[in-house]
Amino acid sequence: MNTLPFLVAGLLALFPLVESTFYLQLLTKVLIMAIFAMSLDLLVGYTGLVSFGHAAYFGLAGYAIALMAPQYETVSLWWSLPAAMGVCAVFAFVIGTLVLRTRGIYFIMVTLAFSQMLFFIFHDTKIGGGSDGIYIYAKPSMNLGDVQLLNLEKLENFYWLVLVLTVAVYLLLHRVLGSTFGRALLGIKVNEHRMRALGFPVFRYQLASFTFSGALAGMAGYLAAAQYGFVNPEILSWHQSGAVLMMVILGGMGTLYGSVIGAFAFVLLQEVLSNQAWFGIAAKHWQLAMGIFIMLVALYLPQGLAGLLQRFGRKPVVEVADE
Amino acid sequence: MSNKQQPSGAGAPILRTKGLTKRFGGLVAVGDVSLDLYVGEVHVVIGPNGAGKSTLTNLLSGDLPPTSGEVRFEGRDIAGCSSDHISRLGIGRSYQKTNIFLPFTVFENCRLAAQSRAPNALRMFHRAAGYAGINRQAEEAMAAAGLTPRAERIAATLSHGEQRQLEIAMCLATQPRVLLLDEPLAGMGPNESQRMVELIKGLTTDHAIMLIEHDMDAVFALAHRLTVMVNGEVLESGTPEAVRSSPAVQLAYLGGEELLHD
Repeated sequence: MNTLPFLVAGLLALFPLVESTFYLQLLTKVLIMAIFAMSLDLLVGYTGLVSFGHAAYFGLAGYAIALMAPQYETVSLWWSLPAAMGVCAVFAFVIGTLVLRTRGIYFIMVTLAFSQMLFFIFHDTKIGGGSDGIYIYAKPSMNLGDVQLLNLEKLENFYWLVLVLTVAVYLLLHRVLGSTFGRALLGIKVNEHRMRALGFPVFRYQLASFTFSGALAGMAGYLAAAQYGFVNPEILSWHQSGAVLMMVILGGMGTLYGSVIGAFAFVLLQEVLSNQAWFGIAAKHWQLAMGIFIMLVALYLPQGLAGLLQRFGRKPVVEVADE
Repeated sequence: MSNKQQPSGAGAPILRTKGLTKRFGGLVAVGDVSLDLYVGEVHVVIGPNGAGKSTLTNLLSGDLPPTSGEVRFEGRDIAGCSSDHISRLGIGRSYQKTNIFLPFTVFENCRLAAQSRAPNALRMFHRAAGYAGINRQAEEAMAAAGLTPRAERIAATLSHGEQRQLEIAMCLATQPRVLLLDEPLAGMGPNESQRMVELIKGLTTDHAIMLIEHDMDAVFALAHRLTVMVNGEVLESGTPEAVRSSPAVQLAYLGGEELLHD
């Protein structure tokens, strides 16, 4: 592991000194999406499972914090974040035991189906306020005893928390992918059949990866809900699943840092392309321009933006887990 | 051909099938096959294409569940067990079509194979390269297959013959007691074939080997027992000499004396 990620994180940590409102919120969003994208990259890029329903866990954690938080009061981050991630892990475990019996296009369809089920459960019942959603009136609190450690109502504090968690998730995944567990996942991605013949209980590895990935997506969803102070069913719609999949593909599957780059590119591009002051009427149809951009990347950069970086003399793509 | 020992026949077979049958719809791919594998012996299965040899291998390795019949490993019925379970019991197999991890190095291919035997492989935070036992097992397997000089090469860049060697090395790295080798010589040149025959010979002492092969020189150089399959069924089984002189075999499969090197 080199020092570049720390350098980037260090620079990002200084951002609140430059700008403290709109762009800070945007960057917070980018980092949250980076966590989300990294969690999906664990599945798509390292386990060979293309999930098209990853928003299920993102949204579920969002609803978890909304439902756990007492109205008009703050909820402690110390227990609510692990609880939200735990809920996602349980759901991912149960859904995983079912969907991992399928492969390829069927896996894509079945993961989508499960996330759509959750979407309609929240959309059509009163559990989470139906299609109107629920407000989260206060940011989570970080207290030690009676002392407030960090006031998350302040934008820069919330940003720093998200940044720390992003770095932590990156380091955690880097570590996990270099372990025997991570190597086995990569083996399953490359040649599942041979892994089975070598004696690996492939299903168990995939289920562990699926569950872990769901929990991390939950972390992102929790933070997203906390940032906006609001959740509605859109948070677990298939658009969300598609967007995060595009971030992973855009950045370059199986590279972790590619997912971070993909999240940056996707969110910032969306922001630019939908800017009415710059693009006028075309801004309304920003998806069109985004679609063209993604097609170009898919055509000319099959390894995503991370592949582009590597052309300028960085280390090769697949070797992240090989150190 | 002369330096191999006669079938020992001593002791119980480590792997034994009885009435093993696999049907695909109306087609009987493997019908009522009974055969025994002993440690220290190479049991060669020959037969024309479509005779059911690969299907038989798949039934023994768990890649396919049998329709009926028994597969007993050390007395335990393992018919219908999953392939990963059977592999962990100590039955390793190689594939007719090279089946390796192409983007990984030769060492990583073997290391991953060895890792499958590690009790704590589901550990998430311990660096994979830090397990001395796994590394040693991988290195031994590479050395046995003669691949040590190629350790750091990406598997996709190996020659066909070397990939076949790697196929065997990976199998060895799992430290099996029974080896199911599905046409290990397929597509090899004469020199590579000779090396592979020597390698298999060397493995005979402490493994029970089932070998599927078309190369008759290799077959008669290695076989302690020979089974001929035709249309999914055993036509003849016994010592190579007995099978060689069987009129049924001559008629149905070998089809002429020139193939038999008499």
